[in-house]
Amino acid sequence: MAADVKPRIKAPATAKKGETFEIKTLVTHEMESGQRKDADGKTIPRKIINAFHCKLNGREVFSAKIEPAVAANPYLSFFVRAEESGTYEFTWVDDDGSLYKAEHKIAVS
Amino acid sequence: MSETRMPALSRRRVIVTAAQLGAASVASAFLARHAAATPESAKEWLGKLAKGEAKAGKVSIKAPEIAENGNNVPVTVAVESPMTAADYVKAVHVVADGNPNPGVASFFLTPACGKAEVQTRIRMATTQNIVAVAEMGDGSLWTATRQVKVTIGGCGG
Repeated sequence: MAADVKPRIKAPATAKKGETFEIKTLVTHEMESGQRKDADGKTIPRKIINAFHCKLNGREVFSAKIEPAVAANPYLSFFVRAEESGTYEFTWVDDDGSLYKAEHKIAVS
Repeated sequence: MSETRMPALSRRRVIVTAAQLGAASVASAFLARHAAATPESAKEWLGKLAKGEAKAGKVSIKAPEIAENGNNVPVTVAVESPMTAADYVKAVHVVADGNPNPGVASFFLTPACGKAEVQTRIRMATTQNIVAVAEMGDGSLWTATRQVKVTIGGCGG
């Protein structure tokens, strides 16, 4: 399934020091809840993204633990304060152990 | 093969029993599909995530009053906090008390967040309350509840 998982990040490329800005993230994923049944009445096994991490230059800034109640194509937005230039690293953790990654560079003046 | 003996049933008795059976099976089918989580189990779930008694206040939940499609309900949780190293929001836990499982998501913040506000999109099986609990850096807990009316549930079937 990893082929159709596509992370998307929306955040400014530059920011003033001390400014607070929003990072919007979305990843395409069906988030199979484990509640649904297929045509034969068999439960479709759960397969969701269960965790999300955001790091700036290797230090964790924000993370989340996600349950099946989060909608398909999980969208998350949060705020960060611009303190230093660098790279934000985003990681989504799938139930099957695969990791989906994305990066965003920011220049803080 | 032994003969099965049925107790004698009057016509009235049969109708009443059938009606009871029908009602019971409808109710159990409804319960099985929807209300697996209750306000109590949601509270229990929260108790496992954050120890202590949560006070009302500081937390605000933004969500539509009526969600037409329970598959995708935008929810924003904001917590009043300066987000400095001395006073910040450590975690925000969100539960919904009418879904098959009460848990929705937990967010872990740091002082580097600058503003304690998170938004996500959630699934809601039926009309129910969303409860958010914020855990501060000093260990105090704050909570807020908001009801969302759901027209079409979002748990598949």
